[in-house]
Amino acid sequence: MSQRFKNIDYIGIVLWLFRAAIVVIVVWGTVSKLFLGQGNAYTATDWIDFLVAGLAQGSLYALIALGYTLVYGVLFMINFAHGEFLMSGTMTATIFVALPLSASGFLDANPILGMLIIMVVAMLVSVGVALLTERVAYRPLRRAPRLVPLITAIGASFFWQYFFRGLYGSALVPFPELEVLKGEWAVFGIAVLKTRAVVMVASVIMLIGLYVFIMRTKTGTAIRAVAEDKDIAALMGIDVDRTISITFATGAAMAGAAGILYGMVFRQVHFFMGFVPGIKAFTAAVLGGIGSIPGAALGGLFLGLFESVGPPLFLEGLGIPGAHQLKDVIAFTMLVLVLIFRPQGIVGERLAEKKA
Amino acid sequence: MKRTIFLVLIAIFVVMGLAACGGQKLECTDPIGCVEVAPDEPILLASSLVISGPNTELGLDSQYGVEIAIDFRGDVLGHPVELQPEDDGCNAEGGQTSATKIVSNPQIVAMIGTSCSGAGVPAAKIISDNGYVMVSPSNTAPSLTDPELHEAGYLRTAHNDKVQGRAMAEFAINELGVTKAAAIHDGDPYTEGLASVFSEAFQELGGEIVAFEAIDANADDVIAPLTTIAAAGPPEFLYYPVFIPLGSLITKQAQDVEGLDGVILAAADGVQSPSFLEAAGDAAEGMYVSGPDLGFGNEIYDKFLTAYQEKYGTEPTAPFHAHAFDATNMVLDAIEKVAQQADDGTLLIGRQALRDALFATSGMEGITGTITCDEYGDCADPKIAVSQVQGGEFVPIWP
Repeated sequence: MSQRFKNIDYIGIVLWLFRAAIVVIVVWGTVSKLFLGQGNAYTATDWIDFLVAGLAQGSLYALIALGYTLVYGVLFMINFAHGEFLMSGTMTATIFVALPLSASGFLDANPILGMLIIMVVAMLVSVGVALLTERVAYRPLRRAPRLVPLITAIGASFFWQYFFRGLYGSALVPFPELEVLKGEWAVFGIAVLKTRAVVMVASVIMLIGLYVFIMRTKTGTAIRAVAEDKDIAALMGIDVDRTISITFATGAAMAGAAGILYGMVFRQVHFFMGFVPGIKAFTAAVLGGIGSIPGAALGGLFLGLFESVGPPLFLEGLGIPGAHQLKDVIAFTMLVLVLIFRPQGIVGERLAEKKA
Repeated sequence: MKRTIFLVLIAIFVVMGLAACGGQKLECTDPIGCVEVAPDEPILLASSLVISGPNTELGLDSQYGVEIAIDFRGDVLGHPVELQPEDDGCNAEGGQTSATKIVSNPQIVAMIGTSCSGAGVPAAKIISDNGYVMVSPSNTAPSLTDPELHEAGYLRTAHNDKVQGRAMAEFAINELGVTKAAAIHDGDPYTEGLASVFSEAFQELGGEIVAFEAIDANADDVIAPLTTIAAAGPPEFLYYPVFIPLGSLITKQAQDVEGLDGVILAAADGVQSPSFLEAAGDAAEGMYVSGPDLGFGNEIYDKFLTAYQEKYGTEPTAPFHAHAFDATNMVLDAIEKVAQQADDGTLLIGRQALRDALFATSGMEGITGTITCDEYGDCADPKIAVSQVQGGEFVPIWP
């Protein structure tokens, strides 16, 4: 008997209780919301609005999360400066391209061409900043213990934030609103804001493009080889440093594009804009399984959905006032839950000991 | 030989004694300490205002007000006045950091600040606990001067939002004739206080508050909470007394939410700045913003504006420069009143005496009106105006 007691894993019990408590809270909140009429009465349209808002936000998270996941895949390092890559490209493109194009009327006359130019400029600047950071701050530390580049990344993040604050000032910059993207489209009878629809479609295209790039091209194969084993890859004739740079550039290009989509939806950009989406995207990457591309995409969508639907669904059901303010609580609770119960993420593979 | 040494020693003692009697020595008798300002040393004031981030204009505008007040005053009791500007960051962390930095310098006599009430709450505690004193030109949250929560070293020349929230409610009901309103805050004491005062007054005046929602100040997506508000009402009048990134975001996205098209938008002095108008663009057109009534129409304000324009090359960018000017004069007046002056020009300023003098301020004629402090530190002569955004400018329309 006493032997059996000794074998009980108390931490395991606590974790099970924790898991049960979360499930009870979520179910209780949802039930009292949907069946007992707690809080506001939402119509089906309202719920669809929450869903669409969540999906659009989630696809932005997904695009940014790719940068985290790619870099983690090859270097096993969390690049906390990734949000700043997004900000640098977006702010530069907004100030030097989007605003002049909008002022001259070019943007409204050729919306697609205009947006493409803005996006390409943003991507180029983001890539430039990323390559510079990689060369100066990360490459010299390639052989250092893992904690060192992580701390450097945080430093780089601060550096870029305040560098661009010094460059462009700390005021909000309005992102021009496109005449063609005002209003809503009806998709299968559901009214969707045009900007949100564009964000979702653009994200899906970019995600598929990236997947094909990684899986079907030579460079993509090289990236996967370096992710597998740097030393062997080098023996096979792959230029490891160059491949790592390409990885950073790819992630940063995605971030630059995501930044412009962000500007299109929220119509304002500032020097601090990369920070919160960066942290959220990191959460999304971990949620989906860091290192995995489909994982990052899934994690982003999940996170966006939960943030948008969670507060009105179960937080309001629990009778919490001002539920929407607590969406970050949901996001980070999900992160904690994943780290405790499924450290490899939703679709992540179990990593070999060497990598983990 | 021995005698010589003896005589020299006596001579030294005599000289020292004479020196001691000759220079009148000031004794600090103040219960919470004194600041001693040596001759030729400046009187050091500190400011803690938001001078970084998206709300920079709010804080810099106040800081300019302080600087102009110091320029106008010249020397105080034969000492120049110097300002050490700190940043309150418009958040609790910034208030804490700047206040801690200020109380670590024993030469600082008083602090002008903070800009944001959220920063003011921790700052008031640190400043008061360490025996310093602060006068805020732009904190408006009711809790700061609440009899139960008031810190001993806290005063302000800005209005209490009990007045501002009520004014907006009266304007909405009496002038616009709306009956259903919703209020949004971001959890900061300023925004939450103002939103609650507005809601209470609105209900008292016979209106209905359909939703009282909170959104995080750094949120990027406000469609979901706005949908919640639309589902709860929909309201005819949306009041969101928040700061800039969130304020302009709500302004832009409210029209995109089903059920909120045509809703009347209203905000408060936290967004009364050009950068808000620039960020919000056309979406801000026609919205209402409450804030202190700047139609002071006195001579000194005209002089102030000329000096402002000359020194900084711009019109005032936020509503609280005049309050900062008055706050600074209040502090300098109190220093003049309580400072003991030695013959060589050394000043001794008792910290408790300075506090008492500040709280005893009564009938002082400032730009913002007649300033009289009550025992909880409310000194303002509150006049609130409602402006409407017309053609990209704030145009005062009420009262």
